[in-house]
Amino acid sequence: MLGRFFSKIKKGLSKTRNVFTGVANLFTGNHRVDKEFLAKLEDQLLLADVGTTAATSIVEGVRKAFIDKEVGKDVMEFVQQKLRELLADPSEGIRYAASGPTVIMIAGVNGSGKTTSIAKLANRLQSEGKKVVVAACDTFRAAAVEQLTVWAGRIGCEIVKQQQGSDPAAVAHDACEKAKAKGFDVLIVDTAGRLHTQTHLMRELEKIHRIVQKQIPGAPHEVFLVLDATTGQNAVAQAEQFGKAVNCTGIMLSKLDGSAKGGAIFAIKQKVGLPVKFVGVGEQMEDLEPFDPDGFVAALFEKG
Amino acid sequence: MFEGITRGLSDAFKKLRGRGRLTAENIKEGLREVRRALLEADVNLTVVTEFIARVEAKSVGQDVLERVDPSEQIIKIVYEELVGLMGPVDHKIPQRGDRPAVLMLCGLQGSGKTTTAAKLALTLKSQGRKPLLAAADLQRPGAVEQLQTLGQQIGVPVYSEKTSPVDVCKNAVAQAKKTLCDTVILDTAGRLQIDEELMSELKSIDKLVKPDEVYLVVDAMIGQEAVNVSKTFNDALELNAVILTKLDGDARGGAALSIKHVTGVPIKFVGMGEKVDKLEEFHPERMAGRILGQGDMMGVVEKIAAIQKEMSEEDLKKQQEKLSKGNFTLNDFRKQFEMIAKMGMKDLISRMPGMSEMIPPGEDPEQALKRVQGMIDSMSKKEKADPDLIDQSRRRRIAAGAGVEPQEVKQFLTQFDQVRALMKQMSEMSIFQKMKMMSGLGKAGAFMPGGMAGIKTKGDTGHRKSAKERAEDRKKKKRGR
Repeated sequence: MLGRFFSKIKKGLSKTRNVFTGVANLFTGNHRVDKEFLAKLEDQLLLADVGTTAATSIVEGVRKAFIDKEVGKDVMEFVQQKLRELLADPSEGIRYAASGPTVIMIAGVNGSGKTTSIAKLANRLQSEGKKVVVAACDTFRAAAVEQLTVWAGRIGCEIVKQQQGSDPAAVAHDACEKAKAKGFDVLIVDTAGRLHTQTHLMRELEKIHRIVQKQIPGAPHEVFLVLDATTGQNAVAQAEQFGKAVNCTGIMLSKLDGSAKGGAIFAIKQKVGLPVKFVGVGEQMEDLEPFDPDGFVAALFEKG
Repeated sequence: MFEGITRGLSDAFKKLRGRGRLTAENIKEGLREVRRALLEADVNLTVVTEFIARVEAKSVGQDVLERVDPSEQIIKIVYEELVGLMGPVDHKIPQRGDRPAVLMLCGLQGSGKTTTAAKLALTLKSQGRKPLLAAADLQRPGAVEQLQTLGQQIGVPVYSEKTSPVDVCKNAVAQAKKTLCDTVILDTAGRLQIDEELMSELKSIDKLVKPDEVYLVVDAMIGQEAVNVSKTFNDALELNAVILTKLDGDARGGAALSIKHVTGVPIKFVGMGEKVDKLEEFHPERMAGRILGQGDMMGVVEKIAAIQKEMSEEDLKKQQEKLSKGNFTLNDFRKQFEMIAKMGMKDLISRMPGMSEMIPPGEDPEQALKRVQGMIDSMSKKEKADPDLIDQSRRRRIAAGAGVEPQEVKQFLTQFDQVRALMKQMSEMSIFQKMKMMSGLGKAGAFMPGGMAGIKTKGDTGHRKSAKERAEDRKKKKRGR
């Protein structure tokens, strides 16, 4: 499992890996941990969208432990260890309901890749033998329902939908009823993309959350924020606001097959405490992997 | 999360005021603040480094002015550099006499191409042109349907066929010729810039259809990758311009600087919101303010000028009189609202660093102002003319009438009080002073920054006033007017 994750991410990252190869290259050759080295290390972290706060704290740690010492393997391992610690997630995998359907709610800003991520997640759970139904609660964007319908058809899972413009909370309500009545294992609730600054839309999201909670006690069991790996420091604000509105439990990091490193997840874990649960590493239905911090950090440091 | 660049900078420069020249040594700390601000705004690291060097070169040797905060001096240099680097912008969309002009949109997945295509079409339509949308995204399920729905909404024809992207584009142009459309907008599928197969598909569309202009659509929230993405697309297609989307959020949009700096391709338009509305023209001055976390001063100044033009001379005179007497009432306030609404209030409010305090953070300005209107409309004539009349029981009645909490009414009235004080101040100023004051407000990011000279704030007496004391205060205030 770990091997596969590693190679997939590596494949994804290998295309333009110059950024983190830069980090790896820092550790070769003979020199000391000095100002120049620390500045270079900071630059490399910033280039991966790690953000100033997280980058500064890592560099500070290195400075304290290694200043004036020889740059060697131990320094690199220290940096990796720091990065891994930042990502550590005590609760692994999906938290399932003790009985009855498990509800997974998906939220995120426009264009982050929610619908595609849902398709991948549904496909994954279905292939694990779970009976999955998806709720098309993105009733705002033109043709969003059609998009999810096409995916549901390809995966062979059920879908609950109404026409565009209808109340998303009503769709969620119907989906919960159906999940309960027909004995589905997992209900995945798609929601419309919204910017975290749009208070009225965030309230709508809260309403969906409330309805689900009312229908199925203990639900939603997981609320995933879908985050585009290309996103910069705004990702932290997204995690904060969505976290506040609907109590996010984890992140699905999408589009990691691009050249972006998704370094924002470090800042998010540090500032908001949200762990990454899954990563999207391609356009195919199968291109979703459970997140593994060790593999992620190792892949970042793998030499080209 | 981020308080804007001003505070950190003025801390860094506190000791510098009125002391000789700016030197490489004494601006070091300040430049570090600038660097941090730019990085937090997602400007690419390489670009930041070069930018800082330019600012340093321009700053060193300048005299520290006696009465100006050195941090303001640096901000001015930074601002001017930002504006200079992001401009100039040409907002024209090409037109051909003999054949339809072709515009191609491209970009990463989820950057907002399809919505932007519809917005671009609406922009053209409002200019009296006749656009045709071509649905060349055959990749994402539902993309064609999305464009068709949007086309229907705005009354613009959409060309689609289930063949190949290249054929869709070619045939769309032929269709435009036949139906006498003057512009074709190609909505291509989202793709990663490192996906060679899909990039070569774009190149073949470029070669066969020969678009007049190619626009890269970029999400304003993009991080350090903005540079690699725009570079690769530019190498493959020779971009003419960039359209920056989702700027209605709180992303600082440092990508605008990175992209222009690295590729030389200018940002032409910006997208605000997912409702199909016109695209807005890109203004380097506004973007510079945004990247620095300073609010959008130029945008406000411009809109105010436009509003003033729209108000008749007579109205203006009347209002001026009222203002100088200080009896600016809620009635007048309500009238101003309508005026602002005409100008596209939503933009204005959210752009005005001070005004935005009137509405709860994140609240849709349109909604918030509707609530305020509701409150004013629930007041009696007397109350509107003299808001000081409003006590607790009146407040409750108004709240019930407007469907808000009494607390909100109170909050609004307090804010109105401040606005009124401000209005009075401003009526006594020249236009120039007004603008200066507005920009002062912008930096403070609030209506009543502590240090603003000459404006009285409600003093803190350290204890809750009794009803009697409050009544006395009110009387005092009235007499003072």
